[in-house]
Amino acid sequence: MTTISKKRLAKELRELQTHGPPTGIAVVSAEDFECWLFTIEVLGNTLYEGEKFCLRFRFPGNYPIESPEVTFVVDEKWGAPVHPHIYSNGHICASILGNEWSPVLSVVSVCLTLQSMLASCTKKQRPQDNDRYVLHAPLSPKKTRFHYDDDTV
Amino acid sequence: MGKRSRTLSTTSDIDNNHHPRKRSAHSPVNLPTPTSTKQMSDDAMSDYYSDEEMEYNYSDADQDVDDVENEEEEDYAQFTPALPAKKALAWDVEYDSVEPDQLREIVTKDVDHVAGIFGVEPEIARALLRHYKWNKERLIEQYMDSPERVLASAGLPIQLGTFYPSTSRTPAKAKPTPRSKTFSCPICASTQPIDMAMALPCGHTFCSECWEMYLVSKIKDEGECDVRCMEEGCAMRIPTAWVTKLLDKSTFERYQELLLAAYVADNKNIRFCPFPSCDLAVITPNFSPTASALSTTVPTVHCGHNHTFCFGCGEQQDHRPLICAVVKMWLRKCADDSETANWIKSNTKECPKCVSTIEKNGGCNHMTCKKCKHEFCWVCMGPWTEHGTAWYNCNRYDEKAGVDARDAQSRSRASLERYLHYYNRFANHEQSARLDRELYAKTEKKMEEMQIASELTWIEVQFAKRAVDELVRCRTTLKWTYAMAFYLEKNNETIMFEDNQRDLERAVEELSELLESPIEPATISELRSKMTNLTVYVQKRNEIMLNDTAQKYQDSAWIWNVSVPEF
Repeated sequence: MTTISKKRLAKELRELQTHGPPTGIAVVSAEDFECWLFTIEVLGNTLYEGEKFCLRFRFPGNYPIESPEVTFVVDEKWGAPVHPHIYSNGHICASILGNEWSPVLSVVSVCLTLQSMLASCTKKQRPQDNDRYVLHAPLSPKKTRFHYDDDTV
Repeated sequence: MGKRSRTLSTTSDIDNNHHPRKRSAHSPVNLPTPTSTKQMSDDAMSDYYSDEEMEYNYSDADQDVDDVENEEEEDYAQFTPALPAKKALAWDVEYDSVEPDQLREIVTKDVDHVAGIFGVEPEIARALLRHYKWNKERLIEQYMDSPERVLASAGLPIQLGTFYPSTSRTPAKAKPTPRSKTFSCPICASTQPIDMAMALPCGHTFCSECWEMYLVSKIKDEGECDVRCMEEGCAMRIPTAWVTKLLDKSTFERYQELLLAAYVADNKNIRFCPFPSCDLAVITPNFSPTASALSTTVPTVHCGHNHTFCFGCGEQQDHRPLICAVVKMWLRKCADDSETANWIKSNTKECPKCVSTIEKNGGCNHMTCKKCKHEFCWVCMGPWTEHGTAWYNCNRYDEKAGVDARDAQSRSRASLERYLHYYNRFANHEQSARLDRELYAKTEKKMEEMQIASELTWIEVQFAKRAVDELVRCRTTLKWTYAMAFYLEKNNETIMFEDNQRDLERAVEELSELLESPIEPATISELRSKMTNLTVYVQKRNEIMLNDTAQKYQDSAWIWNVSVPEF
């Protein structure tokens, strides 16, 4: 791991500790500079009211130049939200995690974007090609070439 | 005729020897239009010849053959009393092979042209052209309409004067107060001296190390040459000047490669040679590989390293006379089922009653279908009951039930048979061409020995090389004629096509056989004259085949038996 990601993540962590995470977001674990876990809730009157999800961030050595790998944790305890852009294996199809990633973005800003993506959802459903994708999906969603075409949700 | 062509070829020979790098400058200057083929100009003719000769020259490249070549030409003519008049194909595409440096010059010319018209820096013109996918006309039109809109959409600052003076590290707008001596880079979260800060005209300021890492990551990892500002959603382009300043040599070279690749990708008239590690490109100034053009033309080209490929689909061989779309269909079909089909054909039959496929794995001819329990004879496919007492000895070939059963089976198998007929011939020519080459490699050695041992000159033992080259060319044509025949509707054109194919094939096989004949010093001159004659004949047959098919593409005379998708 290079110093740039450590420095940057240390700063982000410091800010999380001093200002606290945004509403609905809570740190589960941020022990090292490789993998952080958060819980995320969508507050207010939305389709996901009362539901809680777990987000996993994995940071590459040259974060934030390169985007982090962000997925919803899917195990015995957690499940992925039912959403047109979230696959049942926890992979997320969002342009800011792919070709529109900018080094200016941070862990908190990704969380907020995902929160608003959930909040603006009008119909709970899986992506159209969910089954096919999940069957053949690579371990890391960053190896998938998503095609971003829907700006509404 | 022989005399005339000799003169022509010789001239072009000399020309070629004097300009070895120009041999790929292929474009016939005076291509006759299809209507004027009869009044062919000498220019076009000699050009065609030079094209032919070039290939030979190329393989003889190590020899200083100025004189020898002339001599050879005379010999050639001597053995070919009626050298056929060759037509320059009006439907051949004009093309030129270019080196990466030449390509860069072409790009620079385009850039300078636009920069001159708009009165902007070449840097700006380059960015604009890239944004407009090198569509100069569209860019000029829209820029004249509204320069501001075009500039903004391309991620360039609207006030041109202010753009890119900032290769200096002075930030256009430093984040902290101007008086402070340090600033904090929002990306790497480190506090640095103010002169490490860099910003594009958009004002988003980051430290030079982050800019550098970002550029390297974009260029090396993502292969992206259009790099924008790091700020989220900011479209401002990073100028080449920054790339030059910030990056090491290898990354900068990669950047230049990417720029060139993007230029080629955006230009329909340029294609990189698809051969591995060949860095030449081919330009077709008057030909765009559109779907309609490719439905009537097979744009076979050669790069300066003499790699043959199709400009339309990038297939690494001359696939004339078959058009790209059908080639693709055929290759896919071959990849799909040829092997399986082969196995099924040689190992199984279908039950005459329920048409299940049955593999006979030994034993007698009395078959009982596992599925429908029908009993039949493996040999005549008739019902077993009709065999009466003649069990285990099938001589009842004409029995009615047996005929019917065989009919049904042959119908169901006819399409497979048909495919295999064409596929086997296709594959056979492919293999034979390879074997011919291998055979020649052996012969060549023998000939060299012979040359040393006998009085023969180097040129006198070269005839076999010509023969093999021509043979391989013709076998490639033949190969594709079989793929073509598979998809052709039966009609008069097809019959003529098959006649041409037969004539070519016959000549090719004859020449191939001759190549295998033993080479002895005593008989070599006879062999040489025979082989040279036959080589010319084969060449002529090949031309007839290609000319005829090309003409009929122009006349839309070919009717396919399947619907051919657009390429």
